[in-house]
Amino acid sequence: MSAELFSVFYQFADVFAFLILSAAGLAIVFGMMGVINMAHGEFIMCGAYVTVGLVNLGVPLPIAQILAALTAGIIGMIVELLIVRRFYKRPLDSLLATWGLSLIVTQSMLLIVGSAVRGIGTPEGSFAIGGYTFSTYRLVLFFCAVAVLAGLYIIFMKTRFGVIARATMQNAAMAKALGARTGRIYSISFGIGTALAGLCGALYAPTMTLIPTMGATFVVESFVTVVIGGANVLLGTAPAAVFLAMIRMALNASYGQIIGQIGMLFAVILIIRVLPEGLSSVLVRRGR
Amino acid sequence: MLKLLDGPQTLGRGRIFWSCFLAVLAGALIYPLFADSYDVGNFAYFLIWIFMALGLCLMWGYGGMLSFGQTFFFGIAGYGYGVLAINMGGGTATIAALVLSVVIAMIAAGILGYFMIWGGISGIFFGIVTLSATLVLAFFLGQTAGPEWHIGSARLNGFNGMKGMDPLTVGSFDIEGSALYYVMIALIVIVYIALRMLVNSSVGNVIVATRENPQRAEMLGYDVRKYQLLTFVIGSGLAGLSGALYTSWGQFITPSSIGLPAAAMPIVWVAFSGRNDLTATLVGSFLLLFGFQTITVYSQQAALVLMGVLLLATVMLAPQGFVLGIGKLVVDWWSRRRRRNESPALADAGRLQSDET
Repeated sequence: MSAELFSVFYQFADVFAFLILSAAGLAIVFGMMGVINMAHGEFIMCGAYVTVGLVNLGVPLPIAQILAALTAGIIGMIVELLIVRRFYKRPLDSLLATWGLSLIVTQSMLLIVGSAVRGIGTPEGSFAIGGYTFSTYRLVLFFCAVAVLAGLYIIFMKTRFGVIARATMQNAAMAKALGARTGRIYSISFGIGTALAGLCGALYAPTMTLIPTMGATFVVESFVTVVIGGANVLLGTAPAAVFLAMIRMALNASYGQIIGQIGMLFAVILIIRVLPEGLSSVLVRRGR
Repeated sequence: MLKLLDGPQTLGRGRIFWSCFLAVLAGALIYPLFADSYDVGNFAYFLIWIFMALGLCLMWGYGGMLSFGQTFFFGIAGYGYGVLAINMGGGTATIAALVLSVVIAMIAAGILGYFMIWGGISGIFFGIVTLSATLVLAFFLGQTAGPEWHIGSARLNGFNGMKGMDPLTVGSFDIEGSALYYVMIALIVIVYIALRMLVNSSVGNVIVATRENPQRAEMLGYDVRKYQLLTFVIGSGLAGLSGALYTSWGQFITPSSIGLPAAAMPIVWVAFSGRNDLTATLVGSFLLLFGFQTITVYSQQAALVLMGVLLLATVMLAPQGFVLGIGKLVVDWWSRRRRRNESPALADAGRLQSDET
């Protein structure tokens, strides 16, 4: 019995980790600046490629993954400086600009690197409970997702940067008037967001084939999680991921991946009819 | 009725504009007499996509709804045409398949639009929800390779796409080559004129008012949601028309014409051309398609990189669109020159007269 229970938890943890890791970066950028980074998938791809490149050079996997996340973060801050910064007053245009960037990056990668690179296998290791065997790496991913949530909680709730960042989120003009350097806050937040995207790619790099268009496999999940999460991403993203992961897990188990994804999309479309502001609006109302 | 052709919502009016329009139309009509059939087929291929661009122009430029789901409805109607044409048999039934597949796309748009618009989704979220639906459809169709995925006798064939449907046929006459080209020209003229009349009509004014300020439009007594849904259904239906025509043109359709990067293409065309005007979209999309096709022959990736660069350059340098911007410059230069040559009163008189006709 406990083996079955664990198996259900394991499947939930798998989907939950995927949703949190792919959405966290997008959610931070959206929550802070109201910008949806359409090149999010390309930062994920960047993280995956850097990881695989470094591992092939002989760097140990965990260190390669951290370096990949940092690389994506630095590239993100450069992109913010050159492009995204101009569009904070025009969120729709930021969508188009980052989509243009995404097209350029994906297709250039196809031109330069070609369609597939030699991957690195999933780290081996499995454990058995009852009659079932489970991959250890999938559990590692789950703990990484929880660690990302905990890390974001600490950064945004317990540090000085977090206080200023939340003030900027609530009212940028007022925060600026009180002396917060909002431009720098935005730049760092965008960097954190893209670093998280890079981390997602780095963590999933060993489990999938590396192709320049791999970002597309993550964006649907990250979009719907952010849509359901709502405007207050610090509050909304985690519950949204729990909720979607439950739907997805139930459908995956009985009908397979693609029906799981379609079902998740239908659930999202139904939910936005009832809760257009997302889950965080309900939570905020409860909190008052 | 004809008064609606010129109005505040469309650029280009008066005798000069419509003479140019007729000249271009005449050129397009006699073109197949001079060109070889391969080029005519290619031109027909560019024209297929124009409907999708005009639909997006209506939704985004006039309605303020940035839909990333044009290829979603393109795919629904494209696959719909294939399934219907295969199951109903060829011949004149293909015309019914074309109409029905567009209707199916419009129904899908009505359902998706109802949930989004009545849910109050707008702006950025409208874009990413429609894009999510698009990508999921592409993923779904991509994995339908097995023989168990079929509708009637039509196999979906996964990533390789569906093929084997008849082209548009009347009786025993296949509408292909220059016949298809003329059908396209006729459809484009009809759609263009109809959209001009729509946006200049009172309904069109409400659509534009909703874009400018939904609250204010609502305070004036309009149920803006109905107007938005109407815009969304028409715009998406036009994408469906493109899809059905595409399938009938090449007698195949694959999931890659739905997913990324295909989904970005209508956005690039309309943004580059100038989303606020139908004529600019018509001209700009055609030019871009022509250029894209020319480069694709050498390298598809390079062509797509160029599209990305154009999109980025447009939002950074000319957010209103390049074709629209250049068009306005030309008109300004023209009217300034005319003002210098003639007396100002006469120039104004000419403009007034053309407004009345």
